[in-house]
Amino acid sequence: MNNSVTNTARLLWAGLRALLVLTLVTGVLYPLVVTGIAQGLFHAKANGSEIKADGKVVGSSLIGQSYNLPLKKGQDTPQPDLRWFQGRPANGLGSNSLNTRYTLILSGATNLSADNENLIKQVRDAKVAVVRDNSVPGYTVQPSQVPADAVTSSGSGLDPDISPAYAELQVHRIAAKNHLPLAQVDKLVKDHTTGRTLGFVGEPRVNVLELNIALEDLTAKK
Amino acid sequence: MGPVLAAVLQLLALIGALALVYVPVGNYMARVYCSKQHLRVEKWIYKGIGANPDAEMTWPAYVRGILSFSAVGVLFLYLLQRLQGVLPGSLGFSSVNPAQSFNTAVSFVTNTNWQSYYGEQTMGHIVQTAGLAVQNFVSAAVGIAVAVALVRGFARSRTGELGNFWADLVRGTLRILVPISVIAAVVLVACGAIQNFSGIHEVGQFMGGSQQWNGGAVASQEAIKEVGTNGGGYFNANSAHPFENPTPFTNLFEIFLILVIPFALTRTFGVMVGSVKQGYAILATMFTIWLGFTALMMWTEFAHHGPALQVAGGAMEGKEARFGVGGSSIFAVATTLTSTGAVNSFHSSFTGLGGGITMLSMMLGEIAPGGTGSGLYGVLIMAVIAVFIAGLMVGRTPEYLGKKIGAREMKLAAAYILITPALVLVFTAVSMALPTPPHSMLNSGAHGFSEVLYAFTSAANNNGSAFAGLNANTDWYNTMTGLAMLLGRFLPMVFVLALAGSLAEQKPVPVTAGTLRTEKPLFTGLLVGAILIITGLTYFPALALGPLAEGLA
Repeated sequence: MNNSVTNTARLLWAGLRALLVLTLVTGVLYPLVVTGIAQGLFHAKANGSEIKADGKVVGSSLIGQSYNLPLKKGQDTPQPDLRWFQGRPANGLGSNSLNTRYTLILSGATNLSADNENLIKQVRDAKVAVVRDNSVPGYTVQPSQVPADAVTSSGSGLDPDISPAYAELQVHRIAAKNHLPLAQVDKLVKDHTTGRTLGFVGEPRVNVLELNIALEDLTAKK
Repeated sequence: MGPVLAAVLQLLALIGALALVYVPVGNYMARVYCSKQHLRVEKWIYKGIGANPDAEMTWPAYVRGILSFSAVGVLFLYLLQRLQGVLPGSLGFSSVNPAQSFNTAVSFVTNTNWQSYYGEQTMGHIVQTAGLAVQNFVSAAVGIAVAVALVRGFARSRTGELGNFWADLVRGTLRILVPISVIAAVVLVACGAIQNFSGIHEVGQFMGGSQQWNGGAVASQEAIKEVGTNGGGYFNANSAHPFENPTPFTNLFEIFLILVIPFALTRTFGVMVGSVKQGYAILATMFTIWLGFTALMMWTEFAHHGPALQVAGGAMEGKEARFGVGGSSIFAVATTLTSTGAVNSFHSSFTGLGGGITMLSMMLGEIAPGGTGSGLYGVLIMAVIAVFIAGLMVGRTPEYLGKKIGAREMKLAAAYILITPALVLVFTAVSMALPTPPHSMLNSGAHGFSEVLYAFTSAANNNGSAFAGLNANTDWYNTMTGLAMLLGRFLPMVFVLALAGSLAEQKPVPVTAGTLRTEKPLFTGLLVGAILIITGLTYFPALALGPLAEGLA
């Protein structure tokens, strides 16, 4: 009996020493070496791919933002600022409930199932809004034109991209609201469309923040 | 080019890349575990542990090594979270509560990486890198060690010896997981994954105001999270978060990392038992199931049945624009057919049948190709059962790789395949029957049941992904999924090692004209059939209540 207790203790002691040594290798040396290489070779990317406009940091090219009007009295949700290209819905985003001296965004999805009534309503409402917001005099959006990414929330809630189809749908509205020629806005979208990597990896996409920065430049020039 | 064709080409590129590294990686791993040489740094480590790496262990000694190392691992990780509030380098985050700390500690030690917490608001630098990421390495190394011990059981005879656990653990970590992870992490940073130790960033926004992000050692953790088939995300959105998985290329690269070791281990197996053809037969089994499931997933996701998805015109809910339906489908199958559980899209919002495929993938026991190590030993157990079934059909004593499959071997194999379904179904049934646990469901009806079934399937199979609408941060789910993870990891390991011990003691049976040729396609067919039928019979009633009811509605 006594013997087996000593044996167990010895074994646990060996286990602890193994854990500590391997923690040193994989939990201290490994992340430090990778961080060293990352900070040395890819400084901007390792720190979040920050992006500047007029010398001011306006976000990360990888993190989606919202382009809304300031919240008015009596409103629960802010209205989109229709002068700017809009990103995807982000109904799964949360805010932190722990360590609340920070205001951290909690990434996430809605996790609503395909037959969930709330999701059906969210998608329907989003579709109505996309059709309404993007129809301008002389150009009416048909519901069948609205791509799926325009009315669904992404996995992270921070999707920086939209499909080229959704960007093109917004061109008429952007041109009208900013008093720009349609062709110019159209070209802007084309210039900011990234195709599939190597022609087949992923999906074609438009980075909304980069597009809006370019749009801001265009309106400032005018 | 349409999205379907692009998805198929991505799949082909992935297969090509995996085929390219299969032989070199598989052979390299065989050399690692068969080598008599110790690296200098390894000698220092053995001195630190106080272990003799050349001392052979019988199966009970091997089990004791694993259990002691894992017990210490759980305790250490538990304390690290409980003390986070007073530890430096934690961004000042407060300590994690006891139930959640227990759940998370068990989760990472068992290679599950079920997460009932939000990474970005709960875990500081120290817990993430010196706690969670360390278990990402060593839990994967433990899995490979057990698989290698089983392979030695087949390869050796007239001995009870299975190798040395400490040597297998250290070599797997140092010679396999660390080098691959360093390369992978640098590739991820080069594409945009973050890697720093700064505090909370406050960054301006386009419309004014600012947003706050966590910095952190994300790329280094992301690399081992995929390579070690762990799956615990730095952020709540896991590999859907642009800082973890920034581009379509990193997406394909991460899928590659998930699959590379589990597939290549079949080569290691073939080399170690002296017949690479035996390895090919196992590889063919894994590959057939993996490819079939991926094709099914693409079909159902591109077809986007389900009311909300039909209104939207595509199954993009919970999916990122840069990955699309194709890149998300391939990832979802790879992560659930292995023990990874990382997600780049949220399975709860997949089509009913798509969600069912992710569940069925885990229910197969995660063997196609399965977790690092756990995939290989899981499929070898199924091979033992398939050989037994074939033996029954022709009325001959079954044998596999020159070893007789007798009563003792069959009892151990049967215990292995029964324990996980028992855990899944009992825990799910109890959670549904009690008054409060169902309150955690986000969705109602069939999908609500699926959330609970998914949770225990994921926990007991050590996957870690979720139908994440379920509020799993309650005392009930933290405790019960914790128990399911512990029992679902270590009981099967004990059965595997006991089996390995009894195989290693046997003397080999000579191959005769009557021997079942387990390296032939016929056997691969038998094995695929056995896997699908056994899993199907076990889980069909539960699946019918959840994803099938939703998908066929």
